Amino acid sequence: MKTILSEPEIAITLKRLAYQIIEGDVQLRNTVFIGIQPRGIFFSNRIVAEIKNIIEPINVEYGKLDITFYRDDVRNELHIANKTDINFSIENKRVVLIDDVLWTGRTIRAALDALIDFGRPAKVELCVLINRRFNRELPIQPDYTGKAIDTFISEKVKVAWKENDEKEEVILIQ
Amino acid sequence: MKLSTKHLLGIKDLHKEDIQLILSTANNFKDVLQRPVKKVPSLRDITIVNLFYENSTRTRISFELAEKRLSADIINFTASGSSAAKGETLLDTVNNILSMKVDMVVMRHSASGAPHFLAKHIPAAIVNAGDGINEHPTQALLDAFSMQEKFGSLEGLKVAIVGDIMHSRVALSNIYLLQKMGAEVVVTGPPTLIPKYITEALGVKVEYNIKNALQWCNVANVLRIQLERQNQPLFSSLREYNLSYGISKKLIDSLNKEITIMHPGPINRGVELDSDIADGSSSIILNQVENGVAVRMAVLYLLANREN
Repeated sequence: MKTILSEPEIAITLKRLAYQIIEGDVQLRNTVFIGIQPRGIFFSNRIVAEIKNIIEPINVEYGKLDITFYRDDVRNELHIANKTDINFSIENKRVVLIDDVLWTGRTIRAALDALIDFGRPAKVELCVLINRRFNRELPIQPDYTGKAIDTFISEKVKVAWKENDEKEEVILIQ
Repeated sequence: MKLSTKHLLGIKDLHKEDIQLILSTANNFKDVLQRPVKKVPSLRDITIVNLFYENSTRTRISFELAEKRLSADIINFTASGSSAAKGETLLDTVNNILSMKVDMVVMRHSASGAPHFLAKHIPAAIVNAGDGINEHPTQALLDAFSMQEKFGSLEGLKVAIVGDIMHSRVALSNIYLLQKMGAEVVVTGPPTLIPKYITEALGVKVEYNIKNALQWCNVANVLRIQLERQNQPLFSSLREYNLSYGISKKLIDSLNKEITIMHPGPINRGVELDSDIADGSSSIILNQVENGVAVRMAVLYLLANREN
């Protein structure tokens, strides 16, 4: 077991990512945020909270997307759905998709399909806390990365959040 | 989490957790049905055959729509106009269809136990869409979903099932489901239409006086009088049935409380249910139909995966 990010490091990373994201659209006039259910939501809640500290909170549009029904492995594995909650239009918006770990890229592939069913965004960007660079199965790369790591396929990345797991850290389990 | 069964043959075989899983998944699908694009690609590579050996409007359309909303490929089979009319056996028909690589079979049949027979002999997942006078599980699930939507929970809910209990697969599935979920059930109707040992066998209370039953309940699930399944007359006339067990505005107004009215359809208007009640504000009959699609999507989705 190895620590990839400690609690204070996560706090700094969140701040950096928040500034990087708003850099492209300072008033957020044309940007919306969408967290991916279920585990991405802990991370997206934090990012959105950081952004609301920097700019007028009322301008921040934030939704949650469940990609269960868009997966490509129904035949092999059953996934239980969570709530999708997007109560604004994404038409012609810059959408920032937020998830905790990017690995094979299949979740993001499904999220892109799901997103298109809600409208045609002007642009979709991806923000992840951890980018596991090896073993990608699709040509998908993040626009904003908390930390990039190189791992073996047998290893597991575990992201723990205070509100759910009582401690806050990212660890690598061999 | 997944279902404890690979087929949906009846509510009898399900655990409480299975029912909760189906209802919560149906809730997610109900959200999907309210989006601009009411379709998801979940069952993209799944082929489903709808085998209907018995007439159906609502159930067949509802299943078909659920399958299309899930992006499954579908084949519709109705007994009339098929080789079943030439004497082909059920198993032969199904094996022939399965050799075309079908993953799931949704079946309605007039013989009780027909889907159970198929489940023993073929590898596909079977969904019972009504078998004879045995069970109609998806109807009970959509009834439960509609009640849960209205009341928040099924626990402690008082449900009266009214009418032709004897010939009703809807009644049997509803009784199993409501009891598993902690609701109380009373059946009411003419003694000739209520099976003799129902209290001993299923633990439901019987109340022959319809007014008492309605006064007791939160929900009245009114069943259709199934003349096609009555080989001998069990009441003297439809008019007499209406007068003694039909639900009229006068009967509802005589209660000192509001009750919710449900009916699985098709309604015999003026027999078991009068029009002003069927179309009135306490009726959730059309909500039931709407919820049917979401509930059937949940069932198909949860059974599509073959690891269980």
